[in-house]
Amino acid sequence: MRYQRVLLPIILVVAWEIAALAINNPFILPSLETVVPILINPFSASFTLGTGSLAENAAISIERVGLGFLLATAIAIPLGVLMGRSRALNDFFDSLIEILRPIPPLAWVPLALAWFKIGLTSIVFIIFIGAFFPILLNTIDGVKGVKKTWIEVATTLGASERQVLLKVVLPGAAPTVWTGLRVGFGIAWMCVVAAEWLPGISRGLGYLILYAYNFGQTNLIIAGMVVIGLIGLAIDLVFKKVEKKWFSWRGLER
Amino acid sequence: MALVLDSISKSFSLADGSTVDALSGISLAVADSEFVSVLGPSGCGKTTLLRIVAGLETPTSGTITLDGERIAGPSPRMAMIFQEYSLYPWRTVIDNIEFGLEIRGMTREERKKRAIEYLDLVGLRDFAGRFPYELSGGMRQRVAVARALAIDPAILLMDEPFGALDAQTRNRLQRELLDIWEKTRKTVLFVTHSVDEAVYLSDRIVVLTPRPGRIREIVPIGLPRPRERTDVEFARIRRYVLDHVENMADTR
Repeated sequence: MRYQRVLLPIILVVAWEIAALAINNPFILPSLETVVPILINPFSASFTLGTGSLAENAAISIERVGLGFLLATAIAIPLGVLMGRSRALNDFFDSLIEILRPIPPLAWVPLALAWFKIGLTSIVFIIFIGAFFPILLNTIDGVKGVKKTWIEVATTLGASERQVLLKVVLPGAAPTVWTGLRVGFGIAWMCVVAAEWLPGISRGLGYLILYAYNFGQTNLIIAGMVVIGLIGLAIDLVFKKVEKKWFSWRGLER
Repeated sequence: MALVLDSISKSFSLADGSTVDALSGISLAVADSEFVSVLGPSGCGKTTLLRIVAGLETPTSGTITLDGERIAGPSPRMAMIFQEYSLYPWRTVIDNIEFGLEIRGMTREERKKRAIEYLDLVGLRDFAGRFPYELSGGMRQRVAVARALAIDPAILLMDEPFGALDAQTRNRLQRELLDIWEKTRKTVLFVTHSVDEAVYLSDRIVVLTPRPGRIREIVPIGLPRPRERTDVEFARIRRYVLDHVENMADTR
């Protein structure tokens, strides 16, 4: 790693510490030594105002995101494949999707509460909305991008419709679908924080940082934000790693 | 006669409701193990003709029979080799060659064995584990040839397979193709717009007219192989075929 990559974070941390000393108000800017203990003791419940440990809250958020994301994947990929393969189905669904897509996931919150009441279902629904569209649109794109010759080769070699789908269309679309999953997960992770601010929720990283605000614990807010960022980063790295390993052929079709 | 095309015609309808005739009344009989080229200017429908034989398109009228049996749709006895972009980039070279065998449900060991055989035939054994994007254009077309041969078809359909290659590589692949053809005795139907290529490779050249594509002339090439491009007789035949093609371009 080149040193330039770590230079700015180091400068920021130093500047933060100096500013915290100068401001001398932990509600505006807590000093580093009040944030770090929370981060290095993620399994301790003694820093989190009785809401369970940082790790516990993180696990709950991850679980919620996972549910919404899996649900979105399970619906968006098959639908995207159908829409990518069939002009008629594409035209049938397209206008509805174009209308729904620009609505921000959080604009669905009141409706989610009306339909599903307070609780896990509402949160999962918001996350589902966030992850659904990028996965769907990328799947459609990926399937449409499958080269005609690839399909014709399979056809002339005697492949059935099913074989064409499983052995040509899906692997051919996979890199683009994977991009959709990666973007979808990123949005889902953003949604979970906001969804955990819904009334009646009492766990999760989003809940934790809002709760900390109510108690004036800015150090806990920042620790929670750092964890949210790190988890998002770690998962994105996994997506990238898989992309590099399996889909390195992308853009090199010849 | 192995492959018989009887009065094949094809017209396409356009968006404005009019129709364009791409092919008109093509009748041709190709013998077993014969190497026949279909030659014509671009837009003469030669690729369409090959695609009809491959079962990728249906003729507007006319029939195709293989050993007396009528063919409609892709036949397991034919394999097609495309100009480019035909290899699966997510599969290694050997997995690409195995593709057709996999489709036919052959066991893993059996198809691996068969694929290696054909890798040897095209001289790419050392590249079995490579991906298509790691190969040169010539190597990729060798893999495509191996993949087509692996299913042991009676007929190879080739759609300008060397059209995207540089001249040197193209000449080498033409020689290799003839070697393979002499070893395997497949029937070959070969589409090209290169007179030189057609004269070098073929037993007979079918010259098509521009749209609608009709058979203008069938030129038998009696020269023994391997043919020399610098040979006087080779040059004479090339001149003869070229004159036909050029005349048509003028009178279009």
